[in-house]
Amino acid sequence: MLNLLDTSFDHCIKCNVCTTRCPVAEANPDYPGPKQAGPDGERLRIKNPQLYDEALKYCTNCKRCEVACPSGVQVGTVIQRAKAKHGGFHQGPREFILSHTDLVGTLSSTAAPVVNVATGLKPVKTLLDKVLGIDKRQSLPKYSRQTFRAWFDPDRQTKFERKICFFHGCFTNYNDPTVGKHLVAVLNAMNIGVTLLKKEKCCGVPLMANGFFARARNNAQLNLGQFADKLNDNNRVECIIATEPSCAMTLRDEYPEVLQVDNYALRDRILFASAFIARELADGNVPKMKPVNLRVAYHSPCHLIKQGGVIHTMELLNGIPGLEVVMLDQKCCGMSGTYGFKKENYQTSQRIGEAVFDQLTTMDVDYVVTDCESCKMQIEMNTGYKVLHPITVMAQSLA
Amino acid sequence: MRQIETDVVIIGGGATGAGVLRDCAQRGMRAILVEKDDIANGTTGRNHGLLHSGARYAVTDCHSAVECIQENRILKHVARHCIEDTGGLFITLPEDDPDFQQTFVNACRRAGIETKILTPAEALRVEPNVNPRLLGAVQVPDGTVDPFRLTAANILDAEEYGGRLLNYTRVVDLVINQGRVCGVNCVNVKTGEKIAIYAQQVVNAAGIWGQQICEYADLSIRMFPAKGSLLIVDYRVNGMVINRCRKPADADILVPGDTISLIGTTSEKIPYSDIENIRVTPDEVEILLAEGEKLCPIMAKTRVLRAYCGVRPLISLGDDPSGRNISRGIVLVDHGDRDGLPGLITITGGKLMTYRLMAQMATDAVAKNLGNTQACTTAVRPLPGAGHDDVYAPQVSIPVSGSAKYRHGERAARFLADDKKQNAVICECEMVTRGEIEYAVHNLSATDLVDLRRRTRVGMGPCQGKICACRAAGIVSELTGEDDALNSIGEFMQERWKGVRPILWGDALREADLSYWLGNNLLGYQQLPSSDGTGNLTTNDVCFMGKMDKEGA
Repeated sequence: MLNLLDTSFDHCIKCNVCTTRCPVAEANPDYPGPKQAGPDGERLRIKNPQLYDEALKYCTNCKRCEVACPSGVQVGTVIQRAKAKHGGFHQGPREFILSHTDLVGTLSSTAAPVVNVATGLKPVKTLLDKVLGIDKRQSLPKYSRQTFRAWFDPDRQTKFERKICFFHGCFTNYNDPTVGKHLVAVLNAMNIGVTLLKKEKCCGVPLMANGFFARARNNAQLNLGQFADKLNDNNRVECIIATEPSCAMTLRDEYPEVLQVDNYALRDRILFASAFIARELADGNVPKMKPVNLRVAYHSPCHLIKQGGVIHTMELLNGIPGLEVVMLDQKCCGMSGTYGFKKENYQTSQRIGEAVFDQLTTMDVDYVVTDCESCKMQIEMNTGYKVLHPITVMAQSLA
Repeated sequence: MRQIETDVVIIGGGATGAGVLRDCAQRGMRAILVEKDDIANGTTGRNHGLLHSGARYAVTDCHSAVECIQENRILKHVARHCIEDTGGLFITLPEDDPDFQQTFVNACRRAGIETKILTPAEALRVEPNVNPRLLGAVQVPDGTVDPFRLTAANILDAEEYGGRLLNYTRVVDLVINQGRVCGVNCVNVKTGEKIAIYAQQVVNAAGIWGQQICEYADLSIRMFPAKGSLLIVDYRVNGMVINRCRKPADADILVPGDTISLIGTTSEKIPYSDIENIRVTPDEVEILLAEGEKLCPIMAKTRVLRAYCGVRPLISLGDDPSGRNISRGIVLVDHGDRDGLPGLITITGGKLMTYRLMAQMATDAVAKNLGNTQACTTAVRPLPGAGHDDVYAPQVSIPVSGSAKYRHGERAARFLADDKKQNAVICECEMVTRGEIEYAVHNLSATDLVDLRRRTRVGMGPCQGKICACRAAGIVSELTGEDDALNSIGEFMQERWKGVRPILWGDALREADLSYWLGNNLLGYQQLPSSDGTGNLTTNDVCFMGKMDKEGA
């Protein structure tokens, strides 16, 4: 019981900064906050595993605690691991469906027209609510008839001398390929070709959030094997790029920290899209762009904050002519991937997001911009705004 | 001067004194216990908290070993909630004599202590953090005991049988009349009130301080003060007690106690005049760390929370420079028989482990002198909290209710209420609620923060009172209607600081620094009036870091 791999909790000096930054603790009094759930609780769980606190299930794994921690405690990871070790995940059919995004995606995109209509129908929503516990006030994401991979034409990329590999993720592939298409357009305009992995599995973020760690570890191993093949010197592929912040964070940080899958040799070459593009822009590789003449509000996703990636997206947006960007307060939207879909979390999720929704209602902007598909869903469902990915805005400005 | 009359007065609120109070009360004698500070403040509260199986003494002191294993079995029954039956390992490392294991097992068998020889692989399975270099291990029925809780439970039970505790009451003289001890003169150290307690029997259970008590009657009992130092680490690095399988030496026991582990002890002879001013030295810290790492290598990268030391109350029997070869045997002296001074009984020596037996022996002597023929029942009657009733508290989170039950057994039902205010967590490291604090004040005679810590673990976690001291002081003051608790913040933090000072590096240093900023700069502890009751600001009461500045550390 004491064979500890991670003792970062030992460095906690009880400053409580993490708890002051926890969106869940602020919204839900039943959650004791990351300090108690993480480092404090860990001492108790080591003493006696039966002292595991049920309330850990309320953690959304937003990772804001880890960003806030001045002592380098991996608070979120401590909590995730504790949940995994002490059976803290409820794993029913709902969790299976919500988390196995590539499997469900494959099935659903084949039958996209039917699935999309069905999940939008009131009786179906009520049924999902009653039977599975997927809150009926939420709209499940639509599926695309054509997956991103089916759309992607590798032959059109061969003319470029420089190449990157795009880790598209489940959402871009099955639900909405728009961002992927726009990334290809933007990079091509910068004279960079796009390749895909021979085989790509879900990064694992929804699996981990629902406790399917073995499955997530398998995916991690498969993906890293694919990365190694791709980044092999003969291919001259510069790096792996993801447009989804949670995917990028998982590939870079969660593989070693949570899943204990070593990515050390490749980690520096796995990048969030904005980081790569901002670097290119700084190096003078600026595509031809025309003014977009838009005023947008930028919402920073938690998992991008965790990577320290907000600055790259800001640089990307600032490089677009005619774009006025208003930075929203860095508050969590409350969706957290699959979390907000669960009936028991709906209220907490909404309460967390209130600050974002309220700030947006006082604003006069054309669009909201954010990097994360989950934030996009939450903001679109709760405000009148249409939400765009930064890459989409950049694609629109291409001359 | 207040005058009280009773049958028995007991001096010393350690485990032994508390045990005598309980035993006397259960046998129907009127009894009062006087303690100069708070319960378990002396040697009782400054040791390993190891529930010996006796194995440690089996080779060198068979008699003590037999006492230990008998009391071990009794306490596991009557003091269930103060004890954890963790089991213990005696490990043989490459540098240890491999033949000692057989000698050890044979000696344990002679003393009636069950042993089980484990291979290194088996030992690593039951104790994953044990030094993997071990050559072998012997499993014995060691456990852990919480000395504060044990003492408090004895007092609580004694009070329920009519016994009385007068803490913060110092004995300044024995009342001797016509060649007979017939009471004690005391002073309440908080209020200055003088109290005379007249009794037919006075029991000196003052441990190392018992020498002074005897001096009041010009009797000589020479104590042999041996200082022992220990370190506490942040969390339980081991699940079982780990000993070295060799003759007892410095720093060779690692005990998992409640949420922490502790390593000890050193042994150093000190002059009797120094017993009030002992401190842990850098050399001792180094020995403890180096030896602890040999038991559990993970200790090397675990944060040390604090260091502390106590004085073993051994009776001097020879000129042994280390004090280690002296028997920990129990010494009972009826001064009527030995010195022609009836009315006074001294009970000393022994161990925390044998407190109940010592209490029984002393109470037997008292009962004989008083003609009381009631039998001792302390070996069969469970202490309050050690019952088997389940505590049903579905409205409280598991870490909160689990910690409360761990500390107070079935008595936790008295404060785990369906009430949000009661269940508010005050000490977050150790999960102490407002309800538990109220219980400690109302039922366990806690009057200030230092008392409260012994009864609840408030302030004993990694933050060493930084977060909870202020909150808890407010609650205690509110409950008692007095400022004692508020004024004790300085003393409390000073006491915490004393333990942190010897290990001030790494995370403990960062923690202390944050404490300083919060305590002094934000909350203004420096401006609190002193706790000596005068209400004056004194430099001595300035919060702990003030002391650091003064001493130029």
